[in-house]
Amino acid sequence: MSGSLAELPRLLALVPYLLARPGVPFATAAADFGVTEERLRKDLNLLWLCGLPGHYPGDLIEIEFEGDTITLSDAQGVDRPLRLTVDEALALVVALRTLAETPGLAEPDAVLRALAKVEAAAGSAAAPAERVEVALVVRDDEEVLPVVREALESKRALHLRYWTAGRDETTERDVDPVRLVTADGQLYLEAWCRLAEGVRMFHLGRVQEVRILDEPSAPPEGLPSRDLSQGLFQPGELDTEVTLALEPGAAWVSDYYPCDSVEELGDGRQVVKLRAQGTAWVRRLALSLGARGRVLAPAELAEQVRADAQRALRAYDEG
Amino acid sequence: MAAKKTERLLNLVICLLATRRYLTVQQIREDVPGYDADNEEAFRRMFERDKEELRELGVPLETGSNSHWDDEVGYRIARRDYELPEIVLEADEAAALGLAARLWQSAPLAGATGSALLKLRAAGIETPEGATGIEPRIGASEPAFEAVLAAAMHGRLLRFRYRTAGRPADEDRRVEPWGVVSWRGRWYLVARDLVRGAPRVFRLSRIVGDVRTEGPEGAVKVPDGVDLRAMVVREADEMQPQQSARVRVRSGSCWELRRAATSVTGDGPGWEVVELGFSDTDRFADRITGYGADAVVLSPDDARQAVVHRLTVLASA
Repeated sequence: MSGSLAELPRLLALVPYLLARPGVPFATAAADFGVTEERLRKDLNLLWLCGLPGHYPGDLIEIEFEGDTITLSDAQGVDRPLRLTVDEALALVVALRTLAETPGLAEPDAVLRALAKVEAAAGSAAAPAERVEVALVVRDDEEVLPVVREALESKRALHLRYWTAGRDETTERDVDPVRLVTADGQLYLEAWCRLAEGVRMFHLGRVQEVRILDEPSAPPEGLPSRDLSQGLFQPGELDTEVTLALEPGAAWVSDYYPCDSVEELGDGRQVVKLRAQGTAWVRRLALSLGARGRVLAPAELAEQVRADAQRALRAYDEG
Repeated sequence: MAAKKTERLLNLVICLLATRRYLTVQQIREDVPGYDADNEEAFRRMFERDKEELRELGVPLETGSNSHWDDEVGYRIARRDYELPEIVLEADEAAALGLAARLWQSAPLAGATGSALLKLRAAGIETPEGATGIEPRIGASEPAFEAVLAAAMHGRLLRFRYRTAGRPADEDRRVEPWGVVSWRGRWYLVARDLVRGAPRVFRLSRIVGDVRTEGPEGAVKVPDGVDLRAMVVREADEMQPQQSARVRVRSGSCWELRRAATSVTGDGPGWEVVELGFSDTDRFADRITGYGADAVVLSPDDARQAVVHRLTVLASA
């Protein structure tokens, strides 16, 4: 993007912004525009060179500085911001619609009122937003979500009865909530787990019981903030590397889990390498793939899957 | 250099907003500082580029002439088309907008949200930044997302290579995009496939390589009454349960099956029998096989045989 394409929109917004806020501190304005104070000063130096044809005093944009505050007293006609573009309208309208139909995250009434006002202000630019729909989460956690949200807002600890899918195991634990996030279309509570003594992600749909404890949420200081933009499964250095051979019907595995490598063998067959923390879930994955997936390495894992299948078969013989 | 150009463009906007008459290019050249006074050719080129950039930013440049006798084209900006209409948000509405604005986490919509918020702040709205610990996000890591979104919004034909699960080779697709849908954290394109002559749902992560657009904007007309989400859900999800199964499950295990069950009854020490619905026998068998020796299908028989078959293959692998 060339300089003016990035800078002109900022300046066209800056003028009415300052006009609406006489005496705004430098730091506030810089923060609202996401720029440094130095950048803001350069913007202001440019603004007061601009104005109506003739460019006599009185034709120019007028700005006064007092201490560390800014007052813009004449906008030379740039009194209002530019209308929203189609992209901007889409981003806001679709986000608000998504919130509106995801109960428990925000006050639905306030979301709907904000949506109506943004749509009205955007006018015809909002029309293409019809072409985009987002289902943020699948609602299988309606009773859990309000309790978790309340705990986060009141900063209190939670007791959970929680099912771990990978090990097919239910445990009782006390946790210190950190934040509520979405990943892969599901809601998760990120929390310090006192049982595991580590940060864990709890799938809200797998919480069997939840109760707010009468003690504050106190996760240890200085926990690193996790970046979830690449999905929830983030393989660690220490995890076991597993090699799977996948038939065409199991191609979803490489879509779904982040793989270290995916080798296409032709005819839709793949060899993928992925990392697993503990082997329980890979064993269950391999079982559910049946003839469409095979563990190539490590050999012990392949042997465990074979033994799991033999044990299960005996249950059918007995029945 | 860039600052000079920004200055010129800002002066041009102020000048065209202030005029009620259409200004000819020569009047603009005289009124707006920064245009070449000597070289006509250079001035024309520069003005053409400036017009282009302003239009890209959404500045509504109007062209016309001041009277019937005047055939020279002039320019102006109509204030009512330029200005964001009055908008005032209550505190709870602004908080909702603040939360909504944090939903998009990737390009291009995260950037569009940022510039939209600048305009709203310029209109006097304060959106709280407050970290409430509630951080829902919509990702879009699929490489094709940006191009497909733009084509759907602007109604242009699309061409891409597509990998279908279980098919040996990628296939060329030419489609009329109707819309995009995020479902269970994945993005889908709903479109009419021009080769097959029928509506289809495409998963964006399976689009291979570049996406190309064809033809003019607005060429694609979306039929009335299309329910984008319903089409994606039908394609992406299991259908409503049509059959009922009985599965013997070990105590303390298989919580997900128990939750979906219509009944759970004891069956000797350490075991229960759950009854639950399913639609597709193969998918159901995959799921049960994953539980190994903790879940045994009692009925129906075809589901039981399907699991036994899978286990037999696995046991002798």
